[in-house]
Amino acid sequence: MVDVTNLTLQDASKMLSSKQIKAKELTEAFLDRTKKLNEKLNSFITITEDIALKQAEKVDKLIEGNQKLPPLAGMPIGVKDLFCTKGIKTTAASKVLENYVPAYDSTVVSKIKDSQTVILGKTNHDAWAHGASGENSDFGPTKNPYDLERVPGGSSSGSAAAVASGQCIAALSTDTGGSTRQPASFCNLVGIKPTYGRVSRYGVMAMASSLDTIGHMTKTVWDNAQILNVTAGNDTNDATTSPRPVEDYIKEIEKGVKGKRIGLPREYFDGLDPKIKSVIDKASKELENLGAIISDISLPHTQYGIATYYIIVPSEISSNLARYDGIRYGNGRDSFGAEAKRRIILGTFALSSGYYDAYYLKAMKVRRLIRDDFVNAFKNVDAIIAPVSPTLPFKIGEKVNDPLTMYLADVYTVNVNLAGIPSLTVPAGFIDGLPVGMQVIGPDFSEKLLYQIGSAYEQKTKWYKSKPNI
Amino acid sequence: MKYTPVVGLEVHIELYTKSKMFCSCSADYFGKEPNTHTCPVCLGLPGALPVPNKQAIEWCVAMGQALGCKIPLFSKFDRKNYFYPDLPKGYQISQYDKPFCVEGEVTLSGDKKIRITRAHMEEDTAKLTHAKVEGKNVSLIDFNRSGVPLVEIVTEPDFENAQEVVEYLKLLQQTARYLGVSQADMEKGDMRLEPNISLKKAGEKGLPGYKVEVKNINSFKFVEKAISFEIGRQSEVLDIGQIPKQETRGWNEQKQATLSQRSKEEAHDYRYFPEPDIPPIRWNQNQIKELEKKLPELPQAKFKKFQKEYALSAYDIEILTREKSTADYFEEAVSAGEKHNVTAKQIANVIINKKPDLEKTLPAQLVQNIKGQSTQNIKQADLDKILEEVLKSNPQIVDSYKAGKINAIQVLIGKVMQQTKGQASANEVKNILEKLLS
Repeated sequence: MVDVTNLTLQDASKMLSSKQIKAKELTEAFLDRTKKLNEKLNSFITITEDIALKQAEKVDKLIEGNQKLPPLAGMPIGVKDLFCTKGIKTTAASKVLENYVPAYDSTVVSKIKDSQTVILGKTNHDAWAHGASGENSDFGPTKNPYDLERVPGGSSSGSAAAVASGQCIAALSTDTGGSTRQPASFCNLVGIKPTYGRVSRYGVMAMASSLDTIGHMTKTVWDNAQILNVTAGNDTNDATTSPRPVEDYIKEIEKGVKGKRIGLPREYFDGLDPKIKSVIDKASKELENLGAIISDISLPHTQYGIATYYIIVPSEISSNLARYDGIRYGNGRDSFGAEAKRRIILGTFALSSGYYDAYYLKAMKVRRLIRDDFVNAFKNVDAIIAPVSPTLPFKIGEKVNDPLTMYLADVYTVNVNLAGIPSLTVPAGFIDGLPVGMQVIGPDFSEKLLYQIGSAYEQKTKWYKSKPNI
Repeated sequence: MKYTPVVGLEVHIELYTKSKMFCSCSADYFGKEPNTHTCPVCLGLPGALPVPNKQAIEWCVAMGQALGCKIPLFSKFDRKNYFYPDLPKGYQISQYDKPFCVEGEVTLSGDKKIRITRAHMEEDTAKLTHAKVEGKNVSLIDFNRSGVPLVEIVTEPDFENAQEVVEYLKLLQQTARYLGVSQADMEKGDMRLEPNISLKKAGEKGLPGYKVEVKNINSFKFVEKAISFEIGRQSEVLDIGQIPKQETRGWNEQKQATLSQRSKEEAHDYRYFPEPDIPPIRWNQNQIKELEKKLPELPQAKFKKFQKEYALSAYDIEILTREKSTADYFEEAVSAGEKHNVTAKQIANVIINKKPDLEKTLPAQLVQNIKGQSTQNIKQADLDKILEEVLKSNPQIVDSYKAGKINAIQVLIGKVMQQTKGQASANEVKNILEKLLS
């Protein structure tokens, strides 16, 4: 008997529709594993067992009635606790909202519900998505399934640990500066950070509104494309979503990389840990072998990314967190953790009269230059590959008392958010038993191409088949 | 007077749109059960996002165009951050440095110009009520008003007395109603006024180094009183060689005085920054032109037209043009009246003095009614005498009629009807006049 919690979404879907397994059995298997592992990993804040089982039974009825199944039917999924879920406690991993139950579903949650997904629970993360390790959660850190002494990355720490450990088949996450890509990379997963405006942010608690995107974490590229097929699209409740039609990301996913021009930005490799560099070099060789044309490129303003990001992000945070005043719902402002307070103070300062021009306005101008770097680069290449994280998954507690070092964990991911463009992370190998990921970055709305490149590389290397020993 | 008042105005007008500024909740909140017109967006719940109301933006632009403003092709929303329990997001979505409308001008009587600095769009706050519930003092919040669209219109400090301010406010109210963008009802809080007042020595150039803003004014009468009070108060301070404090004061109707609310030192730093949830608005010239074409004839234009086309007193015209519906009705009736020799003056008289229900009486019907009453009640000899007098004493009008300005006959008919106190038949008068003048 196969362990169904090892299945990809693609395989589980097939087994379900061909009636080799019942949705309820699938859900129960994942629930059992989740309950068993959650104490160790702390990946879920809330497990919604009853809701999940009820939904699985509903899917079984659809199958019995030979109804046409929507793409994600019966798939047990974890949802980052930043996504509002009607009637299910949604905490933002903060004590401020420890008992908050939303009155409405976020757009993405209603879309996956319409696709008959089974929501297993709400996953842990750095409170308000502030962090790169999961340690800023007010409900305790999540552990990396590959090494329980190490962080799974963040902020979407629980989503990554849960998918990597087989607690769920896929998970919803967010990505403001790397919160999907870095944990995916730390946990040997595929993670998408879509183009800004491709997936609705409505109902997802805002961190930095001009940078926030909705991410997905899966075992394989195909699985990821399948979820984006469901979630992408214009939303009348989010004025920043694009009216541009959504492509079918699955169709032609195996098209390959032959003739695709792929750039290696030299600024991303200067001073990079040689072990990580050799992983990316090897990956670029693989792509070359598959027919891609590799070249060196330059993104000259790369070094200003972190400084720019950490002006814009706290500024928007200071405004976005103002609503949590404890008057109408939630606890008072004294319940905010240290990192949220730090960002509120930084942002309030940066936006203050007399400082606005020197900080926020200047940062917005640099942001434009960073975007122009990419726009110019994409005149000569179709996509860019780059490392995700400057380090391997680090030890819990190693950086938590040094906010600046923690901020530098985002050095290879934030520029993509500043530019608003999409990036896909795929597993690229292991160093000392710890996963390393690679980013495939493309121009606006190039998700389909990114999936094709990611899929070609994945099918060649099959890193996703390696599982943590847990 | 030793001092010249320097007064500028900020006026908030609540738009009359179906839905709120950033969500689909009904904006018609007046007198409704508290917290029944709410949703995640206007309650500021976690994750909710604003989607701007196109109608409201177009109406804001229309208001600006009516006030002679330029409409910049690029505009955006900004967040104005401050804490208050009636502001659920902790910031108000407003416009800071790129408003929808800039640099307008209106002309008051005596050719007095008032420059409009800007007109921009923002959202209203919830409503706080301080009450006693079960023996406890509590503050209640009603979010029905939260997110209702507001246009803020700011003038340069061009007013020199309270009368000008009131004239401007009446024009603004009338304009909003003509455009059909707001009921502009002071009592319902559709229109809120904030004058800023300072004094300079008579004849002095430039602006004074301070200003006093007055809030809590909910009628034109109070604005007049508050400005007069401030002129008196500030004069006294200046008289003893001091400079009035820069501050915000509130009008207190019981005390008939303004009272200090907040000094300059306590002024907010609103930490404005571009609203990231709403993309900037970009117009093209065509769109602006199309919006301008949609503007109805505005109150002052209507007034001038009536003055030019009908022999009516300024007093009559003022009444007839006060509301767009009355003015439109009058014009329709005049056009119907031409076929029946019922004069503009006759129609005006009926509308002004008899106050018929204009919603129930069609203009043509009104004309018929007037015609029915217009049988001759005057001896022919008396009428002839009056006709002769009128022609003799209005040679210019006679000349312009003979020169081909056929409408001039209406003026003569009006004058005859006036002298006969409405006893003659306008139709008959017209026939006789036409013969006499041919």
